[in-house]
Amino acid sequence: MTGHGFSISRYTPDQGVWGRLTARDSLVRRMDWPMLASALLLSGLGSLLVWSATRNRTELNNGDPYDYLIKHTVNVGIGLALMAGTVWLGHRTLRGAVPVLYALSLILIGLVLTPLGTTINGSHAWLDVGGFSLQPSEFTKITIILGMAMLLAARVDAGDRMHPDHRTVVQALALAAVPMAIIMLMPDLGSVMVMVVIVLGVLLASGASNRWIIGLMTTGAVGAIAVWQLGILDEYQINRFAAFANPELDPAGVGYNTNQARIAIGSGGLYGTGLFNGTQTTGQFVPEQQTDFVFTVAGEELGFLGGGLIIVLLGVILWRACRIARQTTELYGTIVAAGIIAWFAFQSFENIGMTLGIMPVAGLPLPFVSYGGTSMFAVWIAVGLLQSIKVQRPLSA
Amino acid sequence: MSNIPETGRTSRVTIRLVAIQILVFSLLATLGGRLWFLQIRNGDEYTAEAAGNHVQQVVQPAVRGSILDARGVPLADNETRLVVSASRTELMKMDDDGEAVLARLAKVLGMKPKDVSDKVRLCDAETEQPCWNGSPYQPIPITDEATTQQALAIRERSEDFPGITAEPTAVRRYAAPAGATTSQVLGYLSPVTDEEIKKAENTDSPFLRSDQVGRSGLERSYDEYLRGKAGVTRYEVDKLGRVMGQTQSDPAVAGHNVITSIDARVQAVAEKELEKAMKEARKQFDDNTGRNYEADAGAVVVLESKTGRVVSMASNPDYDPNAWVGGISGKDYAEMTDKESNYPLLNRAIQGQAAPGSIFKVIPTAAAVKAGYDFNGRYPCTSSYSIGNQVFKNFESQDHGAINLGKALEVSCDTVFYRLAHQEHKRDGGMNPKKDAKDWFYKTAHDFGLGKKTGIDLPNEVTGRVPDRQWKKDFWEANKDSWCEKAKDWPEKKDYVTKLSRENCLAGMKLHAYDSVNYSIGQGDTLVTPIQMATIYSAIANGGTLYDPSVGKAVVSPDGKSVEMIEPEPHGKLPTSKKTLQQIDGALADVATAGTAAWRFQGWPQDKIPMHAKTGTAEVYGKQTTSWFATYTEDYTIVMTISQGGTGSGASGPAVRNIYNALYGVDEKGKIDKSKALLPKPQTELPEIREDGSIKSAPVEKPADEEDAAGEEDASGGGGDTGPADGTDGGDAAVDQAGADRAAGDQGAFDQAAAEPDAEADSGQDPAADDHGATDDADQAARREDE
Repeated sequence: MTGHGFSISRYTPDQGVWGRLTARDSLVRRMDWPMLASALLLSGLGSLLVWSATRNRTELNNGDPYDYLIKHTVNVGIGLALMAGTVWLGHRTLRGAVPVLYALSLILIGLVLTPLGTTINGSHAWLDVGGFSLQPSEFTKITIILGMAMLLAARVDAGDRMHPDHRTVVQALALAAVPMAIIMLMPDLGSVMVMVVIVLGVLLASGASNRWIIGLMTTGAVGAIAVWQLGILDEYQINRFAAFANPELDPAGVGYNTNQARIAIGSGGLYGTGLFNGTQTTGQFVPEQQTDFVFTVAGEELGFLGGGLIIVLLGVILWRACRIARQTTELYGTIVAAGIIAWFAFQSFENIGMTLGIMPVAGLPLPFVSYGGTSMFAVWIAVGLLQSIKVQRPLSA
Repeated sequence: MSNIPETGRTSRVTIRLVAIQILVFSLLATLGGRLWFLQIRNGDEYTAEAAGNHVQQVVQPAVRGSILDARGVPLADNETRLVVSASRTELMKMDDDGEAVLARLAKVLGMKPKDVSDKVRLCDAETEQPCWNGSPYQPIPITDEATTQQALAIRERSEDFPGITAEPTAVRRYAAPAGATTSQVLGYLSPVTDEEIKKAENTDSPFLRSDQVGRSGLERSYDEYLRGKAGVTRYEVDKLGRVMGQTQSDPAVAGHNVITSIDARVQAVAEKELEKAMKEARKQFDDNTGRNYEADAGAVVVLESKTGRVVSMASNPDYDPNAWVGGISGKDYAEMTDKESNYPLLNRAIQGQAAPGSIFKVIPTAAAVKAGYDFNGRYPCTSSYSIGNQVFKNFESQDHGAINLGKALEVSCDTVFYRLAHQEHKRDGGMNPKKDAKDWFYKTAHDFGLGKKTGIDLPNEVTGRVPDRQWKKDFWEANKDSWCEKAKDWPEKKDYVTKLSRENCLAGMKLHAYDSVNYSIGQGDTLVTPIQMATIYSAIANGGTLYDPSVGKAVVSPDGKSVEMIEPEPHGKLPTSKKTLQQIDGALADVATAGTAAWRFQGWPQDKIPMHAKTGTAEVYGKQTTSWFATYTEDYTIVMTISQGGTGSGASGPAVRNIYNALYGVDEKGKIDKSKALLPKPQTELPEIREDGSIKSAPVEKPADEEDAAGEEDASGGGGDTGPADGTDGGDAAVDQAGADRAAGDQGAFDQAAAEPDAEADSGQDPAADDHGATDDADQAARREDE
């Protein structure tokens, strides 16, 4: 604590912006740099992979092979700015704005259901805003985390209770259920799956009663069976699962994606074919390769080393996030961090897992790597939230 | 960590966070493990699958080599047909999958749109023919009979026909120069079978699904040379089949050309004379059976006496080998294989076997000398010879007194040979042979090459049969059950079959005296093929060397740089001394001048071209007699046979004489006109092979035909056959000119109108026409592809 006090004593407002940013206990200095570096590296790798997947696809890039490289880099830049803004504001400030953000995200996903929404790959999950496609459900993941954290941590952080009471849990679940129900209508099953896992992670970290955790898991399982049995899923969604269960079922049809993805990755070997040299990638045998199946480009062209690096970098981010979750002094921060961990971990596992044939196909982007603005913005805001939790000073200090 | 207790953090939350962390890292570890499994453990498997994914093969069929006669005249070559094909990959890129283009194409070709679209659809389990069974990356032929007009329409409006090509393509053609179909010798092609593709899969020359394989004749025996090697280009393609790059390209290698020893003109004469002789025989009344001769089949072989090379080989009935081109129709196939047609696919010169009758007698003559009888000894030629109560009559029961073996050959005296054979049979122990039985008469037949294949370079030759003691035994073993079964009717039934069955059942395993006696004049169970007899007679002519008869003379690589000669290979020597051979030779000359064949060689210039001959009339149980005629000069050996045709000299004599007349330019009166001789000496030189590998073809005249020469020449000279220089005998210049004109008529118009930058074709100086066309057609096709 003495060091802390010492640095404060040296603090002078005349140091200027740079000085303030780089001062020993400044925001920048206290940020989690391993996480930031990993996220940046992933984004950079993502740019290359997206570039490789799109540079020959004139029907996508309008004849400009650098089109997607530039767009992806711009997205990363915007993401970085959003992260910086989030850190600047701080998650505590955002805590006060949660009701507004929640309402806003409800409106956005509600708009998707209006004629303003567009359908991409069977999923009516997009908003067409002035030429840009926005996927509001990505932001909804954040507002669910923030909203649930606010509700669940309120009484605990105030020191009223050790754990959230049942009533609060019910409220928090209701808060998550409303946007999830809307997204289910789109239907965007992948996002709903991620949100279910987020809710689980949030509840776990909040210290809610074990009964809730077990109950929720049971409900999830029963719900999944019900959804299957009642035929709520579209045919393409059922087929994806069927193809997952038996990839040889129809290699030219529903099993095609997973088959080609596995061939692409499998043919990469240890070192890969080299960037831009993948025949599967150049031949466009894998669909959605710049977005959901971007990992196949890494697998084929960069091999086991490249693919492994992506997994390791994601691991670093999650490791740092877990540290932040454990070290933060208030439950609110812990819950937010846990929600983000659940989100990143599940989405990464599902995304890479489906390309490796160990998970069913779902339309989910790989954090930082896949092309897609909304998703990129959302994950960088999430990084901002984690950094904000990291740099926070204890309320008691 | 010191600040944690300050918070409301409970142990429950901490434990759960640790659990989350463990869970997260096990998920990531799972991904890493799976990645390792796919890329490192099973990487090779997926690499192979990826390679199969993006590489497609396009096959350019090789142009099959030509089969040429001794002077370069094509007997089998390729003609250019206009083939219209559609590229499926191009069509599938269109919004309507090319439907509009195919509809337009159907209109131009005068086909139904449905027929056209059916042809380009891919075959699968549910699709009925027609459908495309090959690679979807291969151009799919719509028709191979497009007219120049249609091809022009397609080429000129190429923007209306994207993905459609109209290309001249090589298709097999059996040209029948001078009217010589040479059908059974050439053989035919038919598509390769699945089994063959599988069998040849891992060899040096694997088959393609589109390949044609030689099924008989030269097409089969020289298939490996003729076939060439198809070109394969491997393209990298993307998911939609768009070509991204070319990985590997093996150009097509045209097949080798095979030059044969056949002379198309002589072949034409032989075929026509055989046909004529058979027609003539059918007009003759057979006293024995009380009806006209059937003359159901026949064959004639012309060999070079000194080499055993086949100058011509005809078998009747024959067929048009062009019926097989482009797939034989069910109707044609049925006609060629049913009993009614008497199996025209059989090459009776090598696959027809019959008792030889008296042309066999040279063998017992040689055998008798071997056995110690003096050639010039005196042997009674009585009118009949008896063994026990069996009487064997001389032909027409003539008595010539005591004569030597030469005279016995000349007058074809049976009883001389009966007596000698019977004596030898007795000397060897009769039905129960002594241990050291010499069996000279049988051994000599084997030594002359009977009872086994001559080794001619044509497939499916048959062996014939020497009915010696061993064969009798084997044959009895195989048939005793059915014989003894039939013999049970005895003595209730006393017909010939029952009687014979009984005899065979009881004693058929033994060689009887009457077997030997019958055998000595080429009757009974003896079977020979015309090619065997021709080989034997040519050996007598050349001083005793038995050559494997050969049709192929040289194999020439498509660029003409490698010429592999096929040298005549002997398979043995006649087991006869020079002296005896000369004596036999002299006797056979006497046959032609004074003996049984003399009436057929009246006026022959024997002093200039010594002729040797032996006639044969073989009896066949239940059938009319087989006519045999074996002849030779210093240069040529001709053996002819007509099944159920009558006597040797009677039925076959005129035809053989006419073939000799044509070869040497001899007219009816025996005058030799060298200018009319088709081949007074065997063709020893190969035809000229040009720099570019094309082979110069000699002009083919219509052979001077004694009876209806003028009329026929006019009728067929103009456009009947595909010989390059029809009806011209004015030397090479005229030939070339005629050829060029033909080229212009056939192809030039198309090329010029289509504005092909093909200088050689346009200039009209391409000497294509007097070459065998295959190479040139192929070259042109190749050039077009290059463009």
